[in-house]
Amino acid sequence: MTIASYVFLMIGALFYLLGGLGVLRMPDTFNRIQAGTKATTLGSFSMILGVIFASIESHPNWIFKLIILIILIALSNPVGSSTIAKAIYKSKTLQDTLLKDDLKGRGEKQ
Amino acid sequence: MIWLDYIVFSLLILGLLLVIIRLVIGPKLADRIVALDTFNMIVIGIIVFIALLQNSILYLDIAIVYGILAFLEIVVFARYVEGKNNDHR
Repeated sequence: MTIASYVFLMIGALFYLLGGLGVLRMPDTFNRIQAGTKATTLGSFSMILGVIFASIESHPNWIFKLIILIILIALSNPVGSSTIAKAIYKSKTLQDTLLKDDLKGRGEKQ
Repeated sequence: MIWLDYIVFSLLILGLLLVIIRLVIGPKLADRIVALDTFNMIVIGIIVFIALLQNSILYLDIAIVYGILAFLEIVVFARYVEGKNNDHR
């Protein structure tokens, strides 16, 4: 059980590191949204699963709060990233910094 | 297995430092908001890992409340960016 917990903790920490590296190194704002949010969502799941496996013998009362935290992150993080992406695109402040814009001339109806 | 704890914690702090660099040098406001979102998620992971290291259940309550406040903060910043059209940014 200790080995499983450390495997999950290591995977989670690696995905956090990759998320931070993607936020630093990606060339575009929407690429940064995608890299940061997806990688940290999977990293949070793996990290909390590691803590669940580590505390399933010594502290069985931790599991309820950890599962609540998993559900909260799974609901809030994709909704937050989608809200940010839509708001940034609709604010039209970085039209000239985008590498590729597939929605150009299509969302002007409202 | 104390050395694995050190390795996991140093990976977390390295990711946090990369995000802080983007948070400081971000050329626009949008980049800083994206970096803030990733920063909040990494801080939640660090709090959960500290709860495992310190054997205390109080840190899990702190992590849940921090997650709710992070979502609220992201939505508020998104509404703020959406409301203003290209005058100063």
